[in-house]
Amino acid sequence: MNIICCLKQVPDTEAQIKVASDAKSIVTDDIKWVMNPYDEYGVEEGLRLKEKFGGEVTVVGLGPKRVTESIRTALAMGADKGMLIMDDALEGSDSLAVAKALAAAIKGLEYDLVFSGQRGVDDDMGVVGANLAEFLGIPHFSVIDKVEVSEDGKSVKVNRPIEGQTLVIESNLPALVTAQKGLNEPRYASLPGIMKAKKKPLEEKTLSDLGLDAAEFGEGARKVKIIELTPPPAREAGKIVEGETPQEKAAELAKLLHEEAKII
Amino acid sequence: MAQGVWTIAEQRDGEIRKVTYEIVSEGRRLADALGQDLTVVLLGSGIKDKAAELGQYGADRVLVADDARLEPYTTDAYVSVISELVKANDPAILLIGATVEGKDLSARLSGRLGVGMAQDCTAFSVEDGNLVATRPIYAGKAYAKVTFENSWPQMATARPKVMTINEPDTGKSAEVIDASFSLDDSALKTRVVDTSKDESGKVDLTEADKIVSGGRGMKGPENYKILEDLADVIGASVGASRSAVDAGWRPHTDQVGQTGKVVSPNLYIACGISGAIQHLAGMSTSKVIVAINKDEDAPIFQKADYGVVADLFDVVPVLTEEVKKYL
Repeated sequence: MNIICCLKQVPDTEAQIKVASDAKSIVTDDIKWVMNPYDEYGVEEGLRLKEKFGGEVTVVGLGPKRVTESIRTALAMGADKGMLIMDDALEGSDSLAVAKALAAAIKGLEYDLVFSGQRGVDDDMGVVGANLAEFLGIPHFSVIDKVEVSEDGKSVKVNRPIEGQTLVIESNLPALVTAQKGLNEPRYASLPGIMKAKKKPLEEKTLSDLGLDAAEFGEGARKVKIIELTPPPAREAGKIVEGETPQEKAAELAKLLHEEAKII
Repeated sequence: MAQGVWTIAEQRDGEIRKVTYEIVSEGRRLADALGQDLTVVLLGSGIKDKAAELGQYGADRVLVADDARLEPYTTDAYVSVISELVKANDPAILLIGATVEGKDLSARLSGRLGVGMAQDCTAFSVEDGNLVATRPIYAGKAYAKVTFENSWPQMATARPKVMTINEPDTGKSAEVIDASFSLDDSALKTRVVDTSKDESGKVDLTEADKIVSGGRGMKGPENYKILEDLADVIGASVGASRSAVDAGWRPHTDQVGQTGKVVSPNLYIACGISGAIQHLAGMSTSKVIVAINKDEDAPIFQKADYGVVADLFDVVPVLTEEVKKYL
């Protein structure tokens, strides 16, 4: 079973996000970049399926040179090969363009299952996985917390939690799954894993290597244009609820929620 | 030229979901700003009798796609039908609810149509005849104002519980039209084989009006009982911080924050949650925030409308009794 895991690099979730002076981007100076947490669940699931069925796990990343670090992390976890789609013309691409580039890279590979995170925790779009499946002409399952591949390796059954329900959905392979928290507990890379990862193949591809026209990518080709980025609306400082004892404070809080906030 | 505002209705088991009224109401406002009509597309099986009442919320017409293969929702069937209808009618704006289903639909549909899409928006306006959408990014650590370029329809999803529902005008009824579409079985590659309902009767966090949430300060899974008791009394759902979920105290579906659910209830009560930035990102659009924490320096107090500096184990049970006086 051959598996592709797509990977994006994002600011660590503990990072403060500051809007840059151009009001179109964020300040990246002090940002710690990490593998998108949801992509990590995808990589882990790919590795578990490989352990069960055999085959190879290929990690495909897109972005600047620094993304190599996250691909190496996935290789250290146990993935076999890496590919980085790297091209200055990709800078500022929207979800549609990113999916197009990934599709062009993946079309040339052999695969039964493709994983991506259910969304990047940076732009919070959650679109690349579905668009990639569309461009590959395969079904997708989004926001999945359980994956079961049939013994014959020909079909997949997934659990998809929606509001108040969990759906069990199946299809034949190949298919694409976007990973949700709860799918698994990603492993840490072991020291021998890290050593081995250094020798594993990691290819770099430009848009022209993939037979793509640079004019269809980047800021200029965006279909969704950013007018401006702003910090979130500030919340006004609230009040500390008064009282001599915790019990008095609780009573005062109930009263405030009823009389002032009018919510109880 | 592209003309008209379209919204996609969401229904489950033949019942219109609340988010539908929200986006129909918002769609009405956008249609008025453009001086154009509002069309709602309703897909399902045997749901035609639910169509006309959408007129009470502002729909001029409802296009009904009725087919046994459109129940339950599958991405393949919905995307196939909606993309065909959109191509045939060329609407200027396409609005969908940012529910789990709506986000799935909008993502694949944008790829099928080859158009840009703005996910999970919290505000819309029309400027120079174009749709402008505001959406939180980095789970709300920043906001992006976006518009569309050479991309029709202008496509966006609206975060549940944010758009104001119009007062229904019971005198109004929408024109109901049977949509004509072709749906080829070969396009249907996925099958829903089972559905397990959450029997707790609790509303999902993303749709909850009130949330009582517990963090590391809860000290263990057994102590969530006091939060559940409070939640039962005020009609709230129970959430958790990442550390509580990672400790295995609560299921991952309860997690609020940047790697969990982004919520905007009318009331959010944070108990024993210090307020890590990734948690604050997920709940700071709540209308009223209450923080109960014994550490007076906890960052959560900077976001709270009402802060209670005390041990949550002393406060919460009393609060549960006290609020009963007002119910």
